[in-house]
Amino acid sequence: MTGLLVEALIKSIVLLLVLLTATAYLTLLERRLLGKFQLRFGPNRAGPLGLLQPLADGLKLLFKESFVPAQVDPIIYWLAPSISMVTALFVYAVIPFGPSIQLFGRTIPLVLADVNVGILVVLATSSIGVYGIILGGWSASNKFSLLGSLRSSAQLISYELTLGLGVIAVVLLAGSLSMVQIVEAQRDLWFVFRFPYGTVAFMLFLIAGVAETNRAPFDLPEAEQELVAGYQTEYGGFKFAMFYIGEYMSVITISALATTLFLGGWYGPPVIGRWLPGIVWVILKIFAGVFWFVWLRATFPRVRHDQLMTLGWKVLLPVGLVNVLLAAVVLALRSR
Amino acid sequence: MIRRRWGQVLGMLRGLSVTFRVLFRPPVTTTYPDEKTRVEERFKGRHWLTRYADGLERCIGCELCVIVCPSQAIFVQAAENTPEHQVSRGERYAADFQINMLRCIFCGFCEEACPTGAIVLGHDYELAGYTRASMIYTKPMLTEPYPGAGGRDPHREV
Repeated sequence: MTGLLVEALIKSIVLLLVLLTATAYLTLLERRLLGKFQLRFGPNRAGPLGLLQPLADGLKLLFKESFVPAQVDPIIYWLAPSISMVTALFVYAVIPFGPSIQLFGRTIPLVLADVNVGILVVLATSSIGVYGIILGGWSASNKFSLLGSLRSSAQLISYELTLGLGVIAVVLLAGSLSMVQIVEAQRDLWFVFRFPYGTVAFMLFLIAGVAETNRAPFDLPEAEQELVAGYQTEYGGFKFAMFYIGEYMSVITISALATTLFLGGWYGPPVIGRWLPGIVWVILKIFAGVFWFVWLRATFPRVRHDQLMTLGWKVLLPVGLVNVLLAAVVLALRSR
Repeated sequence: MIRRRWGQVLGMLRGLSVTFRVLFRPPVTTTYPDEKTRVEERFKGRHWLTRYADGLERCIGCELCVIVCPSQAIFVQAAENTPEHQVSRGERYAADFQINMLRCIFCGFCEEACPTGAIVLGHDYELAGYTRASMIYTKPMLTEPYPGAGGRDPHREV
């Protein structure tokens, strides 16, 4: 029992350190990549290749004055960024990073907790994460923040459905809600290539995932041209950093989920899959997902709010429903 | 309708391919403090008081530049040349010549007004200082160190 506790503790600490560092460097990666996309350099002054930039940014935010505007609701004002960051971190408890490894004569699974309803935990947690944004905008008593968080709630409710429908198709294909089981079910064929259900579900998941993380072209909650910065307008210093960490970590989260649910987790492509250890494949796939996010941001302008709602309710939702229905009927008939 | 939507999807994919191709091009940025762009020949930067090839100053202390200067940035104190102390070719020369670089708008009117081509606007543009006093350029700072240093041909008459 103690051994298990220690193991979980060590894994949590390693995971936390790795994730927070990865998030910090994701900001650098994004800025450098966006620079490349726009034929400029991006931050390259702090350290070689700008590698110390996240450190500098973090220290700057940490040492800023902790300013609280006059009319805020203080408890909620402090709570909101914490919710945003904690929920973003919490999801990683159930995301598997590789097959079990042997270390010091023990079998250690590379997942913090293989919950038998893992995917439900992820969806539930990311839904709670929305509260961070909504409460942040509401407590700041600023009309732009409020508008941003209202948009955010509308957007997240709409796209959570699509995301869920994409996930349901995967659950049907895998026959399990556990993340580890879902990866195991993709040993022979990744779910992306299970045409048409898997492929359609993957595309739905990609689009809804971008909307879920409030990233361009669906970054209406922060729309800097109209809403200043939306829900995070009244935040500064480390509270702002927590929102930022939450946002960027959910980018990694969606990439990790796409990896786990559709891209075969730690299983590589058929022929060259054995060349690299499982955890390297996971990291490569997560990186590809992150690149996708940045690529989208560099390419598309922000959609209007009505376009966003039209896409969500009139296109993605029906497609998702039909996809799930088809998958269910076909799988049920086949198992007969 | 399906065809129109399909066209839109294709358009988005084409957009993605455009940005992806751009990703591999070298940046167009000039890394300014490290590398500088070439300024044009007629660029109007910091002033120089030029000399003839024989080392005599062109400025004859006529103060036309002071009169024409729209921001009143120039101060000239003229003095008489004497056979023992011949500074310029004319009767008078500028004993003191100051330009307040904080007032100067680099319009180049002084250069146009100058009858002897003494004052020219050079190519230096990194003119910053820590105090206001240091931004008032005095005659030793403005006079070119050797004939031709300011960019004007020292053999030219005007």
